[in-house]
Amino acid sequence: MGDRHPVGRGRGAGQLLGTALGLTPFALLTLCFLAIPTAIAVGSAFVGDDGLTLDAIAAILSPTVLGSIWASIWVSALTAALGAAVGALVCLALLGLPPTSLVRRIVDAASGTLAQFGGVMLAFAFIATIGIQGLVTVWMRDALGIDIYSGGVWLYQVPGLILPYLYFQIPLMVITFMPAVDGLRAQWAEANASLGGTRARYWLHVGGPILAPAFLGSLVLLFANAFSSFATAAALISQGGQIVTLQIRGALVSETVLGQEGLAGALALAMILIMTVLMWGYSLLQRRTERWQR
Amino acid sequence: MTAPRPQTATTIDLQQVVKRYGSHTALDSVDLTLAPGELVALLGPSGCGKTTALRCLAGLEDIQEGRILMDGVDVSATPIERRDIGIVFQAYSLFPHMTAAQNVGYGLRMRGVGRAERETRVAEGLELVGLAHLGERFAHELSGGQQQRVALARAIVTRPRLLLLDEPLSALDAKVRVSLRDEIRRIQQELGITTVFVTHDQEEALAVADRVAVMRAGRIEQIGSPEDLYRTPANPFVADFVGLSNRVAGIVDADGFAVRGERLPVLGAPALGAGVALVRPEHVRLAATGIAATVVTSAFLGSIRRTTVDLGDGTIVAVQHDASEVHEPGDAVHVAFTGAPVVVEPSVDHGEVAAA
Repeated sequence: MGDRHPVGRGRGAGQLLGTALGLTPFALLTLCFLAIPTAIAVGSAFVGDDGLTLDAIAAILSPTVLGSIWASIWVSALTAALGAAVGALVCLALLGLPPTSLVRRIVDAASGTLAQFGGVMLAFAFIATIGIQGLVTVWMRDALGIDIYSGGVWLYQVPGLILPYLYFQIPLMVITFMPAVDGLRAQWAEANASLGGTRARYWLHVGGPILAPAFLGSLVLLFANAFSSFATAAALISQGGQIVTLQIRGALVSETVLGQEGLAGALALAMILIMTVLMWGYSLLQRRTERWQR
Repeated sequence: MTAPRPQTATTIDLQQVVKRYGSHTALDSVDLTLAPGELVALLGPSGCGKTTALRCLAGLEDIQEGRILMDGVDVSATPIERRDIGIVFQAYSLFPHMTAAQNVGYGLRMRGVGRAERETRVAEGLELVGLAHLGERFAHELSGGQQQRVALARAIVTRPRLLLLDEPLSALDAKVRVSLRDEIRRIQQELGITTVFVTHDQEEALAVADRVAVMRAGRIEQIGSPEDLYRTPANPFVADFVGLSNRVAGIVDADGFAVRGERLPVLGAPALGAGVALVRPEHVRLAATGIAATVVTSAFLGSIRRTTVDLGDGTIVAVQHDASEVHEPGDAVHVAFTGAPVVVEPSVDHGEVAAA
C-alpha cells in the first residue's frame, strides 16, 4: 500500500501540470481579450476627468441613450423570438431524417455557414438586393410599380435590422436546437400513442416539455447574439447611435463629441447587467427542469 | 394491495398478414391466434419479422394484406391510440421529464381518468411491480430493471386488451433479466392479459410462454408449447434455434438414422440418404463402451456438467451428464446415443462422419 501514494501523487501532479499547460493559451486569451477589457470598460464608467464620478451612469438615463437601449432590446427580442420559432420549425420539419441524409447534410452545412454570415458582407448583400438601388428594389419599382421605400428608408433604420438579423438568427437556431430535436426518442412518441395520446397531446405533454429547456437556452443565445451584434448594424446604419452598440461606437470614436469613454463603459455595464438579468431568469426556469435533465 | 382489475381477456387473430418494405417481405402470410389470457412468445433471429409482427399488432405499422382481429373485430385499420393496447419497449421509453408515478399515470390521464382514481390506480400499478416506494423518482434515478418495471406498470395500469412486450429484458444484466422475466409472467397470469412477448433469447421464450412461435424470414416455422418445440421440432431450423444441438452426420434409410453403428428414430419424414442429425446434449451419454472419443472441454453448470468430446474425425459433440462425473481435456472416453428421436436435415457434406 505504502508505495502507491508517491506514484499516485506523481501521476496526479503530472496530470495537473499537463492540464494547466493545455489551458494556459485559453486562459491568457480570456484574460487579455475578455476579462481585462471588461474590467477597463466597466471601470471607465465610474472614472471621469476629476476622478471617481457617476456622471456616465447618469448619462445612460438620457432619452437618447435609453431609446437606443430599448431599440437594442426589442430588435434582439423580436429577432430572437422569430429566429427561434422559424429555426425550431425547420428542425421539426427535419425530424425523422437521418443525419446522413442529403437534405440534412445540406441544411446542416448551410446553417453552419449562414449562422456566421453577419457583418459587412451581410449588410452588403441586403443593400445590393433590397437597398434603395438594389436589384430587387429597382426591378419591383420598374416592373411591378411597387416602391418598397415609399414609407421611408427602413433598411437603414432600426426596423431594417430585423431581416438581416434573421438571416443569421434562423441558421444559428437550427445548429443549436437540432441536437435536442435529434435526442427525441421514437419510443416516446410510440409510447404516447399506445397509451391513447394523440400527436397534439404528444407535443403538449411529452415532446414540448422535453425540448423546452433547449429551446429557452437557444432563445437566450439568439438574444445575446443580436444584442451584441455590431458590424451588420454599423454597415447599414451609418449615422447616429440607434442601437446600444452603435451608441458605444459613437461614444468612443465620435468626431464631434470627444471624451465620452465613460459613457461607453457605462453602456457596456448596462449590456452586461441586461444579459445578467436575462441569464438569471433563464436559470430560474432551468432550475425547474434540472432534476430530470441530469 | 389490490391489483389492477383483470380484464375480460381478448382473443387475437392474425390472418394471412403480409407486411412489405419495398421489395423486402418482412411478414409473409402470417397466421397466428392467441387464446384469451395466453402468453405467446415470438422467437427468432434478427430480421426474422418478430418485431414487425408486434408493431403490426400494435398499429405502429400498416399491413399490406390480411387481417388483424381483436375479439373477432377487424382492427387492421384502427389507429394505435384506439386499439387499447399496452407496450413495453426494449429500453429508454419512459418519459424523462416525468416521475415514475407520472409515467404510470400518463395513459390514465390520456383517457380522462379523474385525479383521485388515477392516483389510486398508479399506486396499485407501482405496488404490483414492487416499486411503490420509488414513485417520485425520475427515469435516470432508476436502474434499468426498475425502469422496465415502471414501463410495465405504465402499460398495464390502463387495463389494456393486449399487452405487447418488445424484447423488454434485452438491455438488462443476466440476473435482473431472470428475476424480471419471472415477475412479468407472474403479473401476466395474475391479470390474465393476452400477451405477445418478442425475444431472440430462446431460454427466455421457453421460460415465460404458454406457446412459442419460432419465426424465420417473415414466416412462422412452428408454434407450440415449449416442450413440443424442444422435443419434437418441426424442422432442423427449429431444432437448431431452440435449445442446444449437436450436428452429427449419418445416413437416413427406411429404418431411421444410421450413425456410427447405432440407429436413431427420426422425426418427420426426411429425405433418404446422407443427412445431418441434430442431437440434444442430454441425448448423448458417457458410456463404458460405444463410440471412442477424446475430451476437449468440460464445464461445470451447477447440477450438471457439459463435456465436449471429439469423435476422432473432428466432429465435436457436447454431452450433458451428472456433475459428479468429471473428465479432463485429453481423457479417452466412450459416448453413446440414448435413442431419442432426432431431426435430420439433408447433408451437403457426406464425409463429415462415417455413417455406420
